[in-house]
Amino acid sequence: MSNQETETNYVSFREEKGKYKGILAWIFSTDHKRIGLLYLYSIVSFFIIGVGLGAAMKLELLAPGKTIMDPATYNAIFTLHGVIMIFLVVVPGLPAVFGNFFLPIMIGAKDVAFPKLNLLSWWVYVVGALIALSALFMGGGPPDTGWTFYAPYSFKTNTNMLPAVLGAFVLGFSSILTGINFIVTIHRLRAPGMSWFRLPLFPWTLYGTAWIQILATPIVGITLLMIVGERLLNIGFFDPALGGDPILYQHLFWIYSHPAVYIMILPAMGAISEIIPTFANKSIFGYKAIVISTLAIAFVGYFVWGHHMFTSGMSGTALYTFSFLTFLVAIPSAIKVFNWVGTLHKASIQLEAPFFWAASFLFVFMIGGLSGLALGALATNVHLHDTAFVVAHFHFIVFGGVGFAFMGAIHYWFPKMYGRMYNTKVATTGWLFFFIGFCTLYLPMFFLGIDGMPRRYYDYVERFHGPNIVSTIGSWVMIIGLIIIIANLIKGAYSGAKTSKNPWGGRTLEWEVDSPPTLENFEEIPVIERSPYDYR
Amino acid sequence: MENHNDSHIVPFKTYGIILAVLIVLTLISVAVTQIDLASLTVFTAILLASIKSGIVLVYFMHLKFDNLMMKIFVTAVFVLVALVMVVTFLDYNYR
Amino acid sequence: MSQTITVAHDIHRDDEGSKIGMWLFIFTELLLFAGLFIVYGVYRYLNPVAFHLAAEELNVTVGTLNTVILLCSSATMAMASTAIRMRKKALTLTLLGITLFIAFMFMVNKYFEWKGKFGHGIFPGSEDLLQLGHGDTLFFGLYFFMTGLHALHIIIGFILITIVAVRVNNNSLTSENPVLLDNSGLYWHLVDLIWIFLFPLFYLIA
Repeated sequence: MSNQETETNYVSFREEKGKYKGILAWIFSTDHKRIGLLYLYSIVSFFIIGVGLGAAMKLELLAPGKTIMDPATYNAIFTLHGVIMIFLVVVPGLPAVFGNFFLPIMIGAKDVAFPKLNLLSWWVYVVGALIALSALFMGGGPPDTGWTFYAPYSFKTNTNMLPAVLGAFVLGFSSILTGINFIVTIHRLRAPGMSWFRLPLFPWTLYGTAWIQILATPIVGITLLMIVGERLLNIGFFDPALGGDPILYQHLFWIYSHPAVYIMILPAMGAISEIIPTFANKSIFGYKAIVISTLAIAFVGYFVWGHHMFTSGMSGTALYTFSFLTFLVAIPSAIKVFNWVGTLHKASIQLEAPFFWAASFLFVFMIGGLSGLALGALATNVHLHDTAFVVAHFHFIVFGGVGFAFMGAIHYWFPKMYGRMYNTKVATTGWLFFFIGFCTLYLPMFFLGIDGMPRRYYDYVERFHGPNIVSTIGSWVMIIGLIIIIANLIKGAYSGAKTSKNPWGGRTLEWEVDSPPTLENFEEIPVIERSPYDYR
Repeated sequence: MENHNDSHIVPFKTYGIILAVLIVLTLISVAVTQIDLASLTVFTAILLASIKSGIVLVYFMHLKFDNLMMKIFVTAVFVLVALVMVVTFLDYNYR
Repeated sequence: MSQTITVAHDIHRDDEGSKIGMWLFIFTELLLFAGLFIVYGVYRYLNPVAFHLAAEELNVTVGTLNTVILLCSSATMAMASTAIRMRKKALTLTLLGITLFIAFMFMVNKYFEWKGKFGHGIFPGSEDLLQLGHGDTLFFGLYFFMTGLHALHIIIGFILITIVAVRVNNNSLTSENPVLLDNSGLYWHLVDLIWIFLFPLFYLIA
């Protein structure tokens, strides 16, 4: 990191001159802020591809029978939509973008603990993404198993499974590297005086997330390697014809992939916990309860994987245990919702775009969470398993929860990242379109699911036609909202009005540094003598 | 800077003793499993392996001289692995 | 921005942080193998007799020998950490050299062991293996997969320790900054730790 010529004040990290020029100055930079932005641009690009695939599926479901594509294409598209959205967008999502950018600033550090490892994690991410996407363009056609790669179909199908599986394996490394980096950063680089209970909530949730990344990702890594072994060497781990047990594959897969949901949602909750006190102009209600519930979610969330397998033929004992633990893990999530609502109580709220995103997060997260309980109960699960209800549920959590928090976070921290402000009225309009579109898109799927429409089917009987039309129209409205939002942000980044250090009146450390921050964030490391949310 | 490494220097003799103990334990586990103890064989072998791994963790990997946080982390990881196995066997054991 | 802070940033060094980072990486390795141990446990539970009989096919002597020499290499690696702190460069290099030699011998043993199995027509997906039945297929599938993955870790450890030895030799790794040696040691002990469990599970419980 060369930083000799920084005599003048306020040279932001964006204008910093380094060893390289142009794009090389970005893709070889070990500055956590540049890496955060690299992640932002890659993730948003993949997100747009994923949205396109999702829109194509909705278009296919506009009418019964073949609408725009054949069944095999539909299978490939829902697989790619899942792989891209889960492994390339939502799992890295908030930690890699806002975690990288803001974690060091929020704890009063100049960078993460291992800057080179941080850059490596982005490169590994790009390589993994390219491997996974190469499945599209090779002979054999894109994979058609769904993002879960369930055995034994995943090693029987003739489509390009290997690149997809290996890509997911490589992406796991990227996730692990980020996790290691964040834990060490939080342990070692907190500013003097920043005790654990003065740590802002977003870093706290990143800490919980990082632990799950480290302890759960290897399990899916080895599982995917075993799938590779099955395909290449015909070992028989999960092949019933050779004595293997396909349900064991499901166990191993979900031992990672359920905690992965908490990798996604915890940082989202952290971002919401930052936005709400700032716009309520009030200290967060029950700071310690939020911290403890974060750690509780991270821990209990590790033991609920079986609720994805209620109809797979597990033993009764396992069914009861997983169902019980699933209900248990709902409690800390609910505690957080009460905390956020409690923070808003009797507050003087600034109605700005980030707050609209946070408030609508509460709304969609509640619907998603409560529908999750319907799925966590054994009896109702049998009826709802693998129906559109499940699709609606996890889109309310993963897209509604994580996606809305991501949008909230980018509108909240945008002035800090770019030093400019977007047009707030247009941002609110975009949110309104997006929010209405989102609900129109996914709410009908709850009813379709209860009525018995299966997920991952490209066709349906006539009586499901009405809600499907509503749902497809919703997808169009949502995409209009998305276009407005992205165009507004891009315009803001280039020509928005310059902002001050602290446009929203936030109290955490990132609002005390320049907008955009200098290369080293702080001229001197601050000494922390107060809690992060002492508003009044 | 106080965070530079100034950890405890372990004498060679300690490592020698530890190595001897580990080799003896290995030979014991080989000997024990040659006798037919029926279902106890598996248990004994795993128990001896656990003791050996504990010794490696504590002495070779310096956990004895690490701070409390590190000890808690390592213990927690092993507890986590054990719990995952228990929960998995809730399925297989009762099928 | 004062020059002093810039300099302080560039030489930022945190050995304790590096050690925590290494441990976290070791946790991921442990969990990686934990996944395989779960698979082993389940299939052993489902095929007790076949696993019992298949394990008798493996040579206990070779397994014991490999266990003992790997334990010795762990000890020499740990001693190297002590030696470098006592500023004994030649001794450190000798200890690292012994570790590397043992790692090599371990791989040689492994090679002959695998070669023998291949010679008997036992390898993943082979006709002979499929005829032996489900339990044997799974046992040997797991045997090759787990010992193979372990051997891969031996090779990575070998490379790591070679780098350490080169750096000790050209004096870029001394008692002032032994953290790379310590961390390579941690990695090597992890390799040992996993073998401590692999050995009884495949060779002894027969």
